[in-house]
Amino acid sequence: MDTVISAREVIRTFGETRAVDGLDLEIPPGSVTVLLGPNGAGKTTVVRLLTGALAADSGDLTVFGIDPSGRGGAEVRRRCGVVPARPALYDRLSGYDNLRYAGELFEVDKDSLPDRITHAAERFGIVDALDRRVGAYSTGMRARLALARAVLHEPDLLLLDEPTAGLDPESAKAVLGLIDELAEQGKSVVMCTHLLLEAEGLADHVVVLDRGTTLVSGSPEELTRQFWPGTRVVLDAEQPDVLDRAARLPYVRDYSRNGVATVDLATVDAVPDLVNELVSAGARLTRVEPQVPSLEQLYFEIRSRQA
Amino acid sequence: MSTSHGSSYARAWTIARTDLRQLRQARDFWMPLMIIASLFFVVIPGILLLIITRVSNIELASQLSDVIGALPTAIQEHVKGESGPTQASYALAVYLFAPLAIVVPLTVSSAVGANTIIGERERGSGEFLAHSPASEREIYLGKLIAALIPGYLTAFVGFGLYSLIVNLLVGPKVGGWFFPTTSWVLLMFWVLPPFICLALAMILAISARVSSAAAAQQSSALVTLPLILIAYSVASGSMFEGNMLAILIGAGAWIGAILALTRSSKAVRRERLLGMGG
Repeated sequence: MDTVISAREVIRTFGETRAVDGLDLEIPPGSVTVLLGPNGAGKTTVVRLLTGALAADSGDLTVFGIDPSGRGGAEVRRRCGVVPARPALYDRLSGYDNLRYAGELFEVDKDSLPDRITHAAERFGIVDALDRRVGAYSTGMRARLALARAVLHEPDLLLLDEPTAGLDPESAKAVLGLIDELAEQGKSVVMCTHLLLEAEGLADHVVVLDRGTTLVSGSPEELTRQFWPGTRVVLDAEQPDVLDRAARLPYVRDYSRNGVATVDLATVDAVPDLVNELVSAGARLTRVEPQVPSLEQLYFEIRSRQA
Repeated sequence: MSTSHGSSYARAWTIARTDLRQLRQARDFWMPLMIIASLFFVVIPGILLLIITRVSNIELASQLSDVIGALPTAIQEHVKGESGPTQASYALAVYLFAPLAIVVPLTVSSAVGANTIIGERERGSGEFLAHSPASEREIYLGKLIAALIPGYLTAFVGFGLYSLIVNLLVGPKVGGWFFPTTSWVLLMFWVLPPFICLALAMILAISARVSSAAAAQQSSALVTLPLILIAYSVASGSMFEGNMLAILIGAGAWIGAILALTRSSKAVRRERLLGMGG
């Protein structure tokens, strides 16, 4: 299978509102895909469409090659683990009973279920709280339990909807650690977030959504090439005034100095020429730092261009 | 495969069992229902029968004999006992409390049924079910079983306790244990079950559509109140008019229940579990 998820012109409306408006997605297996977008961009609806919890009004959508809202939907859902934006736990039940319920619904082998539950709970540090009612759990513990529940049946595709929202740093780290771990195991992960920093370094594939439409999609490197074609270099020197000569060089696109100098070049090949030029002019450089754009910078660049 | 019938029922049972486990934890929910059941099955009949069987006032005993005389002749022939109070207590036990045996389990099942789907939506746990491999039919079946069991359990435990009280209080006066009669057995095992199913079919269909537990309770009450009144009349009728009528009424109610259950099973949809769709 070339893709785990394939969406073409998928539309889903709620009354007058188009929550998803012509979504296009191609997600390869074993990748970590981050759906980026502001609140209301349609990220949650996309997750719900992917499991068939909601049906698309039109367009083609397949997960594992199956239409999730069709007859094979149960098979898609069995192979997916979902961590919704609200943990969707049963407060009156104990943590153990929540996990057991999930295990039984997702057809985990009866004999191995107790071990799986213990293992999942240990993985997320909630094993001591398993006998307690979930209603008494803290927000972080609830999130950890929701994560344990989502991976209990060892899904092939993990869908995380704002998984770190409202979490303490330790719990957020557990989430990001899980994603890393699953990626290493060759599982596919789709994570919705509007927190760009947490997507940084995790994403193999980034999809920027706005008002239900895919603005752009690709690997961070592809998006960098597409939306950040030049190279930015941060410079500092013992005599900062000398750095201002860079502004007059033909291959420098933009120059600014505010404490340190920031120079935008047409290509990364121009960095040695720039350094030579400044050294020849008598500058004793103390810092030469080519900058890779952060996902946040990329995101805002993409959004500003679309605007 | 998850689509096989065996697995399908297993999953429905898993859903039902989990709902029942939650219900057991919700004392604030089931305690009032149990108090109502105890009142109608145990406390009120017990007190009334205790008082009547111990009437020694001649005038009052004569009035009670007049009450028996007002019953249909066919019923009078079946009433056991020599004295007015004994006959009155027998008639009360066998004929007059019958409707309560239907009303109380219906109330219990309705309350649980109204809460079972809307509770998932209100607590947000419906999203978990919506993303699960359970089919909409399995979810419906699970919710149905989870609401049926408390109703039936109330009915049969209540019926057992009621039988015990009646036999202990009235039995010695009429020559031994006499309860349950054939009419009661028919009522409990043939007439009551389809009425509970009918009520639940309506309630589950409503609660899948409304947005809050309060709205589900209100709408359910609107639907179940006429049903309770019908059930009340049916129970009285089947007691007074004989077993054949009870068998016919039960058969009619079963047909109605099966049709209603088939129709309402379509009301449970994934997007409704997510709190969407009217």
